[in-house]
Amino acid sequence: MIARLGWTLRDGYIVAGRNMRHFMRQPQLLLFSTVQPIMFVLLFSYVFGGAIGGSLPDGVSYKDFLLPGILIQSTSFRATQTAIGLSEDMKRGVIDRFRSMPMARSAVLAGRTLADLVRTIFVIALMIGVGYAIGFRFEEGVPSAIASIVVVAAFGFALSWIFAYVGLIAKGPEAAQSAGFVAIFPLVFASSIFVPVDTMPSFLQSIADVSPVTATADAARALAIGGDVWDPLWQVMAWVGGILLVFVPLCVRKYRRLQ
Amino acid sequence: MTGNAVEAQGIVKRFGPTVALGGVDLAVEEGSVLGLLGPNGAGKTTMVRVLATLLPPDSGSASVFGQDVVAQASQVRESIALTGQFAAIDELLTGRENLRMFGRLFRLDRHQAARRADELLERFDLADAGDRTARTYSGGMRRRLDLASSLLTQPRMLFLDEPTTGLDPRSRIQIWDAIRDLVREGTTVLLTTQYLEEADQLTDRIAVIDHGRVIAEGTGDELKDSVGGQMIEARLTNPSDRPRAIEALTHLGCGTPEPSPSERELTLSAPEDGITMIEAAAHALREADIPVSDLGLRRPTLDDVFLTLTGAPATEDGAEPTTDEQHLQRHLPVSRADAPSPEDPGEREAAGAPR
Repeated sequence: MIARLGWTLRDGYIVAGRNMRHFMRQPQLLLFSTVQPIMFVLLFSYVFGGAIGGSLPDGVSYKDFLLPGILIQSTSFRATQTAIGLSEDMKRGVIDRFRSMPMARSAVLAGRTLADLVRTIFVIALMIGVGYAIGFRFEEGVPSAIASIVVVAAFGFALSWIFAYVGLIAKGPEAAQSAGFVAIFPLVFASSIFVPVDTMPSFLQSIADVSPVTATADAARALAIGGDVWDPLWQVMAWVGGILLVFVPLCVRKYRRLQ
Repeated sequence: MTGNAVEAQGIVKRFGPTVALGGVDLAVEEGSVLGLLGPNGAGKTTMVRVLATLLPPDSGSASVFGQDVVAQASQVRESIALTGQFAAIDELLTGRENLRMFGRLFRLDRHQAARRADELLERFDLADAGDRTARTYSGGMRRRLDLASSLLTQPRMLFLDEPTTGLDPRSRIQIWDAIRDLVREGTTVLLTTQYLEEADQLTDRIAVIDHGRVIAEGTGDELKDSVGGQMIEARLTNPSDRPRAIEALTHLGCGTPEPSPSERELTLSAPEDGITMIEAAAHALREADIPVSDLGLRRPTLDDVFLTLTGAPATEDGAEPTTDEQHLQRHLPVSRADAPSPEDPGEREAAGAPR
């Protein structure tokens, strides 16, 4: 059992290394996935800052409010890449080779989601750097700042497994991409990522209140700039645990039975 | 003898309404090479995927070295390697990185994987290209890298799905040599091919598969004999002479003409071999005053084996009965597209060879 877990981790690590290499070898992808989050931070802060700033609690600037949220927006959008990457792999023959080899069944999936996690953390660091340049600050100390990043990354990792499943059942990379966007857009916007939930119409508030994205945004924000941490934090942990419990076995099962 | 490396009984696989495999029985003796010969869509790839544990059959059972491909799939994967129809390599990695990665996933440690990668790059003539990304490789180089990726650990059983389709002659011969080396070292091989020539060159036995069924099995010679030895082939100057030409040639003892995509082309089995037959045919045509632009003898090709084996008026497998005409539409475009082009009559002598 322990030996099997060891092989799984080792195989997952090897596949993750391969996926990281892919990322480094596609300069365009590297460039745009770097530029895009920077662009989002700047655009949202300066375009919406003035309009939304007024509805924020006293003493909270929009930059401070936005940054933890936009980390989640970027991470969530990035999670759809898992579906696209996996779908592209399956279109090529290389997945067939993996599947005919005596390697761990879950390694291809774990390697993909782990590599995507590393990319996510890289992008988060980059966005925080840009945030600092325009005036954002973590207010609650280093441990809380790290916890805030961990919350965002953990949520992104869980989403990756959902999108891994989408990638496995989609008919091709294009279908995977469309499906990913349809799912992620309403989820991201109907949440407390960009605006306080109490500014929304009541039907949307009731959706946003129970959204895992809102829980993640509230937890990350509380850890970054202060506020009630525990209530949203346990919700995030429940969501992340629940998603992984459901989707990891589902993905492995689907992977085994690919036609 | 050593017994069978692969045994399959009654393998059935459906994809929706399509029956890809309609009950295939197959056995590959350990240490031998079996060729699975058939046109596109015959079920070759599906069969290989079932045996390589990638696809569970709907019914029937198959084993590799006595281990069931469904129930004991992970044990089967320990002893097999698969080189698929589309080069299953990672295009964004270099050749060396590909081999190292697959080596490590075959449970070699970092050091062994690196050494084995170097050996294989050398062996497959890829040493110079080893540090370029596989995206920059030619078709032949990809296939060689693909085959090398199957050999990081010496597999006992190797599945090769159309290993040379679309390759130039030099690359094809390199792949053939590599396969022969493996067989000498004791690997059992099951390869699929659309080319009789390739099956002839490499395999001990050939199973002909069509519409998901094995319709003939034997050595290459046995199959060719079943087609009837040499074929005589004429290209008529005037298509309208066709009936008269057929009459003149059957008079010599030739068989009935094979279906042909062009009225000008006439192919019949020849009762005798060699120069005597050509002489007699030329004489008969001249006597009948039938001008021809080309006349020759050739060995049976995949087309001939196929038309003979599958061209019987009523199919035995209960699939849709076909007239000869439908048959032509079904088979000829396939073999025309992938097998040798008949356009240049001067090259017909080598017509069995893929190019």
